[in-house]
Amino acid sequence: MFSSLMGWVDARFPASKLWKEHLSEYYTPKNFNFWYYFGSLALLVLVLQIVTGIFLTMNYKPDTALAFASVEYIMRDVEWGWLIRYLHSTGASAFFVVIYLHMFRGLMYGSYKQPRELVWIFGMLVYLALMAEAFMGYLLPWGQMSYWGAQVIISLFGALPIIGEGLSLWIRGDYVIADATLNRFFAFHVIAVPLVLIGLVVAHIIALHEVGSNNPDGVEIKKYKDDKGIPLDGIPFHPYYSVKDIVGVIVFLFIFSLVLFYAPEMGGWFLEKDNFVPADPLKTPEHIAPLWYFAPFYAILRAVPDKLMGVLTMGAAIVFLFLLPWLDRSPVKSIRYRGPYFVWALTLFVISFIGLAYLGTQGITDIKTILSRIFTIIYFAFFILMPFYSKLDKDKPVPERVTFK
Amino acid sequence: MSNTVDNDKRRFLTTAASVVVGGAGAAAVAVPFVASMLPSAKAQAAGAPVDVDISKLELGQLMTIEWRGKPVWIYRRTAETVTNLTSQNASLKDPESTVTKQQPDYCVNESRSIREELMVLVGVCTHLGCSPTHRPELAPEDLGPEWKGGFFCPCHGSRFDLAGRVFQGVPAPINLEVPPYHFLGDNRIVIGEDTQGAA
Repeated sequence: MFSSLMGWVDARFPASKLWKEHLSEYYTPKNFNFWYYFGSLALLVLVLQIVTGIFLTMNYKPDTALAFASVEYIMRDVEWGWLIRYLHSTGASAFFVVIYLHMFRGLMYGSYKQPRELVWIFGMLVYLALMAEAFMGYLLPWGQMSYWGAQVIISLFGALPIIGEGLSLWIRGDYVIADATLNRFFAFHVIAVPLVLIGLVVAHIIALHEVGSNNPDGVEIKKYKDDKGIPLDGIPFHPYYSVKDIVGVIVFLFIFSLVLFYAPEMGGWFLEKDNFVPADPLKTPEHIAPLWYFAPFYAILRAVPDKLMGVLTMGAAIVFLFLLPWLDRSPVKSIRYRGPYFVWALTLFVISFIGLAYLGTQGITDIKTILSRIFTIIYFAFFILMPFYSKLDKDKPVPERVTFK
Repeated sequence: MSNTVDNDKRRFLTTAASVVVGGAGAAAVAVPFVASMLPSAKAQAAGAPVDVDISKLELGQLMTIEWRGKPVWIYRRTAETVTNLTSQNASLKDPESTVTKQQPDYCVNESRSIREELMVLVGVCTHLGCSPTHRPELAPEDLGPEWKGGFFCPCHGSRFDLAGRVFQGVPAPINLEVPPYHFLGDNRIVIGEDTQGAA
């Protein structure tokens, strides 16, 4: 009965073919470890954000006179509104947590390297879209940090020569951040960017499934296949990794729930205190800081004592990530077999990234500015010097097949 | 004359023609959508001048009013503040107010104002648009011993003196903006309009 129904469908739509290609016969290296949870978790959080977002739009009002109160209305008067809103706001930070860990995995195991350059590029575009999504979403509650955060970020475009002022005027749709800005950010946040995001995620996965997944050893499992053409070190994604990922989901939901129910503001890291004050265009809060996931780039912006150069340096911090596949000249992918130069470079890079994230949320003092500058230099040195140290590095011999105990 | 057909050239010309014509069409369709995001007629019309009563403004006091959605500061300087203004010229980026769009012609002077005891400034940092904080105290701990009162931007640490002139070594590139304004008698000031009419 079921097989005849599937036969009817398959003659008209490649349902079984898609299932096999992407799940039951997508052969994945058998040596995945802890770091391989975060891709599927990112997908989970994306679904969570879309579902909770849809329900939030049912009560939210994108109008400067009503927005702040409508969020409080969701929090107090809508049945379960607090849960849906906190799921969405906690989900935003969780999204960046899993994406940053996912990207770090890529750095460690060389998942951006040939032949996965486009997987990396699509992933970076997902990251960019996500930043746009988070930035525009943060304006919607129309609190003090919403307003002044948007003011600063939109002014960044104004730093560009010649077109700058016209561009920031066009983005705002008014001479100041106003109703027009809020309304269009709502449109971008709930429909335009999510559509782009989903398209990019699909492209990311199609590109990945075309070349096959990397693994902690950084060796290509397609090199050794059995007589049926199945990689000797490959196992079908479903059921092996679908089941493994469910374990990851359960652990993730444990931690996520702890934050959601006991510390949804995370002491000001996930929802800033000043955002519980309605936007006041006449007064900037004493201490203005971006949310933690933008803080590294904000610290880089502040480290440069020149407006245009600061904006360009901040942009370059993202652009360099895109260039990674071509900056790395080592033939070895995984950190397990790479020489000491890369291990040190990556360690320093992670320290500088976390250091910048911390400094970006702090007030300005002389010592903190100096530290920001040092970390900014390390951040860029990681990329700019990569063609040299990755080439000169004393890499270790890479095994022919994956190691697995 | 040769009777052979250059297929490559034909292919190139058809492709080029399609791209050019199609591209022109796409650009034409994009115009209304892109233009719809510019400030609307309503947004452009907003921004009437603001009439402010300053009779209650004490010496050394700052008031903030809203003009075109932006904060405008009116500050009554003491005689000491006025004399201090020129003392820090060496550490300012543009002590002579040479960037013409940052103030009307009648405010290109040492105090950047019409009456030297009354400071009028748009309170929006020229770096990234935050509103700096008024810090009138002398040499506070966080701003250093050289501080003689002025404005400090909490976002990125830009510093301005009590005439809105930017200090060296901070991210803001130019002085704060002085809006067009004029006086109606001793105690009334109109922001957003000079004697020649609205800005």
